[in-house]
Amino acid sequence: MILNIKYFGLLAEITKCNEENVEFSNSSVSELLSLLFNKYPDLRDKDFQVAQNNEIVSKGTIVSETEIALLPPFSGG
Amino acid sequence: MNRYSRHIILSEVGQEGQAKLLKAKVLVVGAGGLGCPALQYLTASGIGTIGIIDFDIVEESNLQRQVLFGTSTLGKNKAIASKTRLEDLNSTITINAYPEKLTSKNALDLFKKYDIIIDGTDNFTTRYLINDVAILTNKPVVYAAIYKFEGQVSVFNYQNGPSYRCLFPNPPKEGSVANCSEVGVLGVLTGIIGSMQANEVIKIILGFRDVLSGKLFCYNAKTSQTTTLKINRNDSEFKKVLKQKNNLKALHEDISCETLIQEITAEDTLEKKQVMFIDVRESYEQPELNIPKCFNIPLSQLVDNLNQINSKHTNIFVCQSGIRSKKAVRIAQEHGITNCYSLKGGISELIQLFKIKI
Repeated sequence: MILNIKYFGLLAEITKCNEENVEFSNSSVSELLSLLFNKYPDLRDKDFQVAQNNEIVSKGTIVSETEIALLPPFSGG
Repeated sequence: MNRYSRHIILSEVGQEGQAKLLKAKVLVVGAGGLGCPALQYLTASGIGTIGIIDFDIVEESNLQRQVLFGTSTLGKNKAIASKTRLEDLNSTITINAYPEKLTSKNALDLFKKYDIIIDGTDNFTTRYLINDVAILTNKPVVYAAIYKFEGQVSVFNYQNGPSYRCLFPNPPKEGSVANCSEVGVLGVLTGIIGSMQANEVIKIILGFRDVLSGKLFCYNAKTSQTTTLKINRNDSEFKKVLKQKNNLKALHEDISCETLIQEITAEDTLEKKQVMFIDVRESYEQPELNIPKCFNIPLSQLVDNLNQINSKHTNIFVCQSGIRSKKAVRIAQEHGITNCYSLKGGISELIQLFKIKI
C-alpha cells in the first residue's frame, strides 16, 4: 500500500520534506522503520515516536492505516 | 471586578468561573519563550496565585521572544524581573518569584503549594523532573516544547490521562536534540505556543471538557499545519516513578550544573597561580574592570570566543553579581575548558581586593 508519512522537527530536515508517500508491503512499524533507515541513514540514531492514523503506537504494531507520522521530542522553551 | 468584566459576561465563565480563577494557584517553571506569554495571560486573567521559578538571567538575545523583559532588565534574574513586570499588569494577585533552579530537592515542596504546573523549560533534565514530581504530587502539567518553527502542546497527568513518559519514556541521548540557543526559534512561535499553555490552564480551572489530555497538539508556524496525535496512558510509566517515591534523586541523578561549578572568593584568587580574569559583562556595564591579567568577553559572545581561553591558566569568570559568571563557567566546561571558577559576589569584590592589595 501507499503510506503518507509526515516528518516533524529535526526529522524533516533529514528527509528534506515535511511529508511523502512511500510504497510499503511488509507488516510492522519496525519493518517500516528499516525501510526508512535505508532511505535516510541519519534517521537511525534519532529518538522519535511513530503515530499511525494520528495515534502513537509501539514498534511492533502492524501497519494497517496509511497515515503515519514520525515525531521527535523537542526540548526548546 | 470591573477588571474581569469581559470574562464575567461570558456565560461559560461568569462570576463563578472568575472566582475559580482567582482561587487557583499555578506554578510556571521557566520564565523564557513559553513562560513569558503564558505568565502574561495568566496574570491578566486573574489567576490568584502565580509562582515563577527560574535561575537564569535576562540576556539581550532573549528579547526577541521573551516579552516580559526589556533593556532595563538585562542581567536581572528572570523570575524576579517577570514578577516586577507582572505586578504592574495586575497588582491584585499574588506572585511568588523563586530565583533558583528546580531540583529534585526543592521540587516536591514547591509543587505541593500549587494546583497546576506549567512546563516552560528548555531542557530534558528538568522536563523529566517536572513529569515525575507531578506524578508524585498528583498535579496536572501543562506541557509545551518548541523546535525552530514547530511547537508541541499537551496536558499530562490530568484525570488519569497519560504523562510525558507515556509519550517519550526516557530522555534522548545527551546532546542529540538541540535547543533554541543552538538552532534558533521563531520568536512569535513561542508566543503562540505559550499562550496555548495559558489557555489549557484556564480550561482546567474552569472545568471545560475538552482539555488537551491524551492528545499532543503539533503546530508548524511555517506551513500553518496542525496535527493532533493521540497518546495512550501507560501505567508502567507511572509505576516506575511511584516506585522511586522515596528516592527521587536516584531517578534524577542530579547533575545539577550548580554543584559542578566551583566558586572562588576574591581573597582566594591570590592563592592561585597563573590567574586570568575573564569579565563576562556586556560592554556597556560599569564600572570598567581595570586590572592586570584581565580581558572581556561578554557572555552573549562567549561561545564564539572560547579560543581566547587557555585551560593552562586559572580562569576566573567575573560578572556584576556572580550569577552570569557561573553560567560562563558552565558554558566553558561544556566546551572542554578546565580550570574554571566563578568569582563569588561579582565585580565589587574584586575592585575592593585590588584597591587593598595594589
